[in-house]
Amino acid sequence: MLKFIKHHMDTIVGIGIYPVLSFVIFFSIFCFALLYVWRARRTHIDHMAALPLADAPSPNGPQHHAE
Amino acid sequence: MIERFQYDNRIVKNFLFITILWGVVGMLVGLIAALQLVVPALNFSEWTTFGRIRPLHTNAVIFAFVGNAIFAGAYYSLQRLLKTRMFSDVLSKIHFWGWQLIIVSAAITLPLGMTQGKEYAELEWPIDIAIALIWVVFGINMIGTILKRRERHLYVAIWFYIATWVTVAMLHIVNSISIPVDIGKSYSWYAGVQDALVQWWYGHNAVAFFLTTPFLGLMYYFLPKAANRPVYSYKLSIIHFWSLIFIYIWAGPHHLLYSALPEWAQSLGVVFSVMLIAPSWGGMLNGLLTLRGAWDRVREDPVLKFFVVAVTCYGMATLEGPLLSIKSINAIAHYTDWIVAHVHIGGIGWNGFMVFGMVYWLVPRLFGTKLYSVGLANAHFWLGTLGIIFYAVPLYFAGFFQSLMWQQFTPDGYLVYKNFLDTVLEIKYAYWLRAMGGSIYLIGVFIMVYNVVKTVKAGKLIANEDAEAAALEKLTKEPGGHWHTWIERRPIQMLVWSLVAVAIGGILEMVPTFLVKSNVPTISSVKPYTPLELHGRDIYVMEGCYTCHSQMIRPFRAETERYGEYSKAGEFVYDHPFQWGSKRTGPDLHRVGGKYPHSWHYYHMWDPTTMSPGSLMPAYPHLFENVLDTTTTRRKIEAMITLGVPYDTDFPARANADLMKQGQGIVDELRKAGVETTADRDIIALIAYLQRIGTDIKVAEAHSK
Repeated sequence: MLKFIKHHMDTIVGIGIYPVLSFVIFFSIFCFALLYVWRARRTHIDHMAALPLADAPSPNGPQHHAE
Repeated sequence: MIERFQYDNRIVKNFLFITILWGVVGMLVGLIAALQLVVPALNFSEWTTFGRIRPLHTNAVIFAFVGNAIFAGAYYSLQRLLKTRMFSDVLSKIHFWGWQLIIVSAAITLPLGMTQGKEYAELEWPIDIAIALIWVVFGINMIGTILKRRERHLYVAIWFYIATWVTVAMLHIVNSISIPVDIGKSYSWYAGVQDALVQWWYGHNAVAFFLTTPFLGLMYYFLPKAANRPVYSYKLSIIHFWSLIFIYIWAGPHHLLYSALPEWAQSLGVVFSVMLIAPSWGGMLNGLLTLRGAWDRVREDPVLKFFVVAVTCYGMATLEGPLLSIKSINAIAHYTDWIVAHVHIGGIGWNGFMVFGMVYWLVPRLFGTKLYSVGLANAHFWLGTLGIIFYAVPLYFAGFFQSLMWQQFTPDGYLVYKNFLDTVLEIKYAYWLRAMGGSIYLIGVFIMVYNVVKTVKAGKLIANEDAEAAALEKLTKEPGGHWHTWIERRPIQMLVWSLVAVAIGGILEMVPTFLVKSNVPTISSVKPYTPLELHGRDIYVMEGCYTCHSQMIRPFRAETERYGEYSKAGEFVYDHPFQWGSKRTGPDLHRVGGKYPHSWHYYHMWDPTTMSPGSLMPAYPHLFENVLDTTTTRRKIEAMITLGVPYDTDFPARANADLMKQGQGIVDELRKAGVETTADRDIIALIAYLQRIGTDIKVAEAHSK
């Protein structure tokens, strides 16, 4: 009876591409995120992190923003 | 140029109050369900049996309690993070009332037995459509608000909201596709293994994108607010956001380990589930470390206390999740109360305590006053914490030990606990303790209600809060920087990319299973259900039997010894929807067909204790009174034909004749056992179905012999 649960996907040509693709896509997105964080400006990060605390217009609001 | 405008606080208040109301209702229903497990007499009537109450509980706490809390928190934080009023007050109102209408219709239809029979997606197709429409209203309102913002960059909380919106829309639509039979009944578009894969792709991501990502968004807003300091690491929040949404989407198959799901999909689910621990703990640590240097304030501020325990529970649940996805651990925990405990650490710990912290923080601010009593809030905190412990710890024990009992063999190779019920009675004490834990937790919630009422009375709603901010200047030239700063300024692109990210995950996971026929090996002896069996199956679905009984025997000796041959993918090809179940409060039913005589089922459904003394199962006397509705037979068979079930084209017309004949056969056999009944009752259809389950492969064996 094992034949019913073994070798489900063996007949599909190139089935190996699915897990490989899934990993490649995830890994590249992860690398992009790392790259961004590594390259991000300190001032920008500080501005972003302070957003929830700035209910009133913040002194370093958009117009003075690092960019 | 400084512009003046007003934040809409009324909509936040509405969502927040209704959150509390539905929270009380949903938890009360949960408590009733918990008590029904120890006192079956509490099942009362046809409309309040455990099988119907349990979906009501899960839907109420997920979509009514947690759902409204998401909207309350998002509407409050979106306006302030974007420095603008919500896009449209009218849309806000439609969103609010539409969502409550959906909840009320769920509260009516679920006890009536209108269900699609898929966990956390039970609601029937008209309600599903309403959910999709209201979700779109919420989306338009949110995106509109983002577009008219006065802050150029989108804070990380907003990305979480966007990812939530996109993914929930996709999950809900894909999983709910079905063929309607009438206004209150439909059949899932998918069958068997495919249905299972789609359902748990949905089910797990409902946890991910309804219970987790929006709440992480709330955490990233309200925790820094309450602690009055910025999040520990904004960089970490970026990495953990993208990793989280992208890994989560693959994790669903861990709900189907050792099942008839193809091995490769199971492995994929395991790998990504284990990886999930990294981004999950990234979020947890980011939350807890935000309080670095402010721990002295945690001692005094109930809001921070709630947040700390909430985030800690998140950390525990997300450590446990990956561990439970490892096959050898899953083999022990799956189908047991261990999973129920795990889910409630997330539900009442993470979601519940986040909501309570938010309530204590928001209510005084919305009403321009101080919290009525910090002492009562502290009392709530301690009762809630005790409640979580009393709820979860007994169930962990119960789950672990029951699983060991299921697997215990005598030296001669026989099961020690031959009777499934014996293992249930051994853990009944844990069900009592769990109900006690739940009660303690609920008492805490009532204290919160009192505190909120008092606070509201002392203050006055600031329906429109004045605010001012500089208008967003048009960027005259494209500034430098790189892709992520670019994407942070462009919400629509952000939305599209999130969708692409999660859609690729879903597609890669499911496409091979769908497109390739050879993927589900057909078993020639597996035939479509007869009309009577189909009706019986619909009763099985309506009564929510899957909430306590699985139909999926795993290939373990302890299971094949107890239940019979393990389940094969090809046996489920006509199951719209699949009914594999996820919890065994009662035994697996996949090989129940032919195991007992008709009369056994007849007596057992009338009063389970006559056949199994001490049974915790509800009695189903209404199945003996209700006359089977044969007017729908034809439409049901036609719907099945549409779904590709190979009935003859002229079969719908003569289906009822076939039904009568089979029903009479069962009645005749019952008469031999001394039972007098008529063929037109629901119970006859149910018996027909129960006697059919899992018998098709036995036909094959008989032939080959």
